[in-house]
Amino acid sequence: MAVILSVKEVGKTYQSAGTPLSVLHAISFDVEAASTVSIVGPSGSGKTTLLGLCAGLDRASTGTIVLSGVSLDDLSEDQRARVRNQHVGFVFQNFQLLPTLTALENVMVPLELRGERNSRAIATTLLDKVGLADRGHHYPLQLSGGEQQRVSIARAFSNSPQILFADEPTGNLDADTSETIEKLLFDLNRDAGTTLVLVTHDLELASKTQRVIRMKGGTVVSDSRMQHGAR
Amino acid sequence: MTTDRKHILRATGWIFRMAWRDSRRNRSRLLLFISSIVIGIAALVAIYSFGDNLERDIDDQAATLVGADVVLHSNRLLDDGAQRIVDSIGAMSLDHAEEQSFASMVVFTGNGGTRLVQVRALGGAFPFYGTLETTPAAAGTTFRNHRQALVDKTLMLQFEAEVGDSIKVGDLLFEIAGRLEQAPGQSGIATTVAPPVFIPLDYLPATGLNQKGSRINYHHYFRLKDPARADALTDGLDSLLEVHRMGYDTISSRKRETGRSFSDLNKFLSLVGFVALLLGCIGVSSAVHIYIKEKLNSIAILRCLGASSRQAFLIYLVQLLGVGFVGSAAGALLGTVIQQLLPVVFADFVPVAISSDISWSAIGQGIGLGVWISVLFALLPLVGIRNIAPLNTLRLSLDAPSPIKDRWSWAIYGLIALFVFGYAYLQLDGVVQTIVFTGGVGLAFVVLYAAASLLVWLVRRFFPTSWGYLWRQGLSNLFRPNNQTSILVVAVGLGTAFIATLFLVQDMLISRISLSASEHQPNMVLFDIQSAQKDAVAGLVKEAGLPVLDEVPIVTVQLEAINGVTADDARRDSTIQVSRRALGGELRATYRSALTDSEKITAGRWVGQAAPGDTARVSLEEDYAQRLRVKIGDRLVFNVQGVRIPAIVGSFREVDWNRVQTNFRLIFPAGVIDNAPQFHVLMTRVPDDVASARMQQALVKRFPNVSIIDLGLILSVLDELLDKIGFVIGFMGGFSILTGFVVLTASVMISKYQRIKESVLLRTMGASRRQILAITALEYFFLGLIASFTGVLLALGGAWALAAFSFEVPFSPRPATMLLLVVGIASLTVLIGVINSRGITQRPPLEILRKEN
Repeated sequence: MAVILSVKEVGKTYQSAGTPLSVLHAISFDVEAASTVSIVGPSGSGKTTLLGLCAGLDRASTGTIVLSGVSLDDLSEDQRARVRNQHVGFVFQNFQLLPTLTALENVMVPLELRGERNSRAIATTLLDKVGLADRGHHYPLQLSGGEQQRVSIARAFSNSPQILFADEPTGNLDADTSETIEKLLFDLNRDAGTTLVLVTHDLELASKTQRVIRMKGGTVVSDSRMQHGAR
Repeated sequence: MTTDRKHILRATGWIFRMAWRDSRRNRSRLLLFISSIVIGIAALVAIYSFGDNLERDIDDQAATLVGADVVLHSNRLLDDGAQRIVDSIGAMSLDHAEEQSFASMVVFTGNGGTRLVQVRALGGAFPFYGTLETTPAAAGTTFRNHRQALVDKTLMLQFEAEVGDSIKVGDLLFEIAGRLEQAPGQSGIATTVAPPVFIPLDYLPATGLNQKGSRINYHHYFRLKDPARADALTDGLDSLLEVHRMGYDTISSRKRETGRSFSDLNKFLSLVGFVALLLGCIGVSSAVHIYIKEKLNSIAILRCLGASSRQAFLIYLVQLLGVGFVGSAAGALLGTVIQQLLPVVFADFVPVAISSDISWSAIGQGIGLGVWISVLFALLPLVGIRNIAPLNTLRLSLDAPSPIKDRWSWAIYGLIALFVFGYAYLQLDGVVQTIVFTGGVGLAFVVLYAAASLLVWLVRRFFPTSWGYLWRQGLSNLFRPNNQTSILVVAVGLGTAFIATLFLVQDMLISRISLSASEHQPNMVLFDIQSAQKDAVAGLVKEAGLPVLDEVPIVTVQLEAINGVTADDARRDSTIQVSRRALGGELRATYRSALTDSEKITAGRWVGQAAPGDTARVSLEEDYAQRLRVKIGDRLVFNVQGVRIPAIVGSFREVDWNRVQTNFRLIFPAGVIDNAPQFHVLMTRVPDDVASARMQQALVKRFPNVSIIDLGLILSVLDELLDKIGFVIGFMGGFSILTGFVVLTASVMISKYQRIKESVLLRTMGASRRQILAITALEYFFLGLIASFTGVLLALGGAWALAAFSFEVPFSPRPATMLLLVVGIASLTVLIGVINSRGITQRPPLEILRKEN
């Protein structure tokens, strides 16, 4: 199967109060297209940093990352933004909806950035898919946490991404809502044939993916394939 | 349309849509940011509109400013050559009028009041354009044919005179035919200094005031057959007129002169308005800085979703352009309303009737300037958007680049400096003045900013940990993240500096005159005393029990040659380095054997008595010597009433002009011009107003040609003048002060958003309203105190410099006034701070949290 994300010897070092702080050390792995992968590990293990690097939100200090056939290493921030807009979707723990835009407008943003002409119609369809067809004109503040995350998922799928990155997608939700969101995420992912990379503390959620990468102290400690992982 | 073009249009449309969408929930706040520039723009639009209207009014009313096509004037009796010029222009004219004007005492016979006025003896039908506006209206024409006078309206009021009363000018009584409301080209300020009294020229000889030696100005007014030739005519006669020591005015030359004077006034006022605008822009910059900080997450999300840094930047730039436009338009509207008041404010200074039409060009300029400058100042925080990393969606970026290293920030700082310099240069037309203005404004900003930083440092360094919670919380608000300390100190401090400077300069000008009122200084000056009257006048003064403090002869002389070079030589050869204006010019000199205590020799040697047969060694005031470009030992030739007197430059003197006493540019030693035709000045000291009035009445009765100035009159005129000027400066300075408080209000309200969560948390934990308001009040008290204190210090520094280098008076500010100002401004700051923070305490915490989240 084709590799959609290739991570080779990636390291990340920050300057903190004048001294270098190394948070990732020589991480390497590949992710096949249309697969589901979870990255797990304790707080401070570097999983969110790794997700940020893989999604092109930040630049690695060492190593190489190739996303959808594009090497991110030499791209400027604006070039990486274009890659994100063309190939990547995001779901965040704290939803990260634009508070000044309605639910519908939030979903429309990635489409409008691509210059999509039918952005309103596409966004309306996606909101319908996540069960929020009648809440499109509401602002994030007027929605519950679960509803906000559903808008966030609709937005993540709006640009038909090849790969979806999710950072603790159910971290801020109660158990019942989490279940609904997980189901929605995996169903949409399967229907769209998207690759899913999620970062989570929740081992039960992780077990639903085909592959689990465990991290500790900025390194990968295990990389296992799951028997019953969702596709 | 090509695909690329369509794409660009779509992308541009998206930026505008996003700017609009994003602003939806922030519009009231955005408008609050921009409110800071409204007052500054209003001031500028009002001033520009006023300038436009004034220019048009001067254009429209130029003919009535002069009242004739050509005016010739001279301060001496016309010689034959000058008379021939007058006759030849008269031959080309439809009408010709003549005026002789001079300062003289008049007596209001009704109550015996006396006053120094400008007597204007008029012959002919002047003015040919416009009218002498009088009450009753016919008096302006009818007084010319009878022994009647027109008396300035303020004089009539002052002496409670009525039409039909009598006024004595010299030896002659005139019936007051009417109250003079307005004469061509005369402004309110000019009439305050020397109120005019018009009499018919035919009656002048009978007054006995136009004797030889009297200081009379002669005017000849012409209404040409071909008015279009006025300029060509005067241009052609220019050098001839110069030879005969005559000046001239035409409608276009007066238009130019008046326009130039008021263009200078307008430029000065524009600078005052510009300072208010700059102050507002600092407010905008600070507010946008906080706004962008709050938008950090939204921008990171947009970046995460694929928006480029340029797109994110443009979204907020478009927003700021929009609110900049709205703020500027509101300012322009307010300015157009304020402009209706300006003709009233400036009525006393302007010699034409000012209209207050809407000036679209002023509105356009104001809006353009407002949008440009608000965006320019907002750019500083806006460029930071480019550096907001998408990683902020996951966690706060650790690698935030320093704005100090951002070359765009430096480019914008440079652009702002260039803009301020450029604007000031356009108003001031001089590099040095522009540097002084820009440097002064920059220094004021830097000093206030440094004061704010010092306050923060001191509070942190010496934080009073033992103080009560409310005090500690109020103090710590000064340096907490997103504090408004710097901007508030700059805004309030600059406003305070304006008011304080105004007070100090007014005090200084008054004290400059009041100085002379001290015990042993003269406070009454009698001048135009004929030689034959000298002893009798001195006797009268002594009879009244008053001292004769000084008695000085004055001789009118003309400088004919410097080192053998005459005015003709200088005219023929432009390479000759002498002052052409000084050669042939008249000046009033004296002769004496000793220096006075207001004089000091700075070069050469003082000679008090001329040795028989020797060339006189004269003493020149040093500035005058500099203008003449002469040095010690140079040879001069003076014409003293037709007699040529050679002289050598013997010494230079430094003269203290700030005294009520006679000072001279040129002094002859005794024994040279003692027998030349001369008049005398006598100085005395009167104990009070009653004695002054009695002395004046007695003098005018016996010696009607003698003019009197008493210090009381000077002080009251000065007071009136300063009141009028102070009103104008106060009116203009008010814009800056008002802007200071708008910035303060806006900053308080913006910081309210920053503090709201903490206040709510405090309330949740049981803090009372009173406690929260006390914390706020303490914070604003410290802010207001340091701002007003620094503002007053700045004003003291500026006023001291003015006192030392410009007015040359001792600097003694009144501490009580300054203290009152500091406390007053600090209290006002507290009041505004507390009023604007009330919202937090008056609603339940949960309601606020839901609303503000």
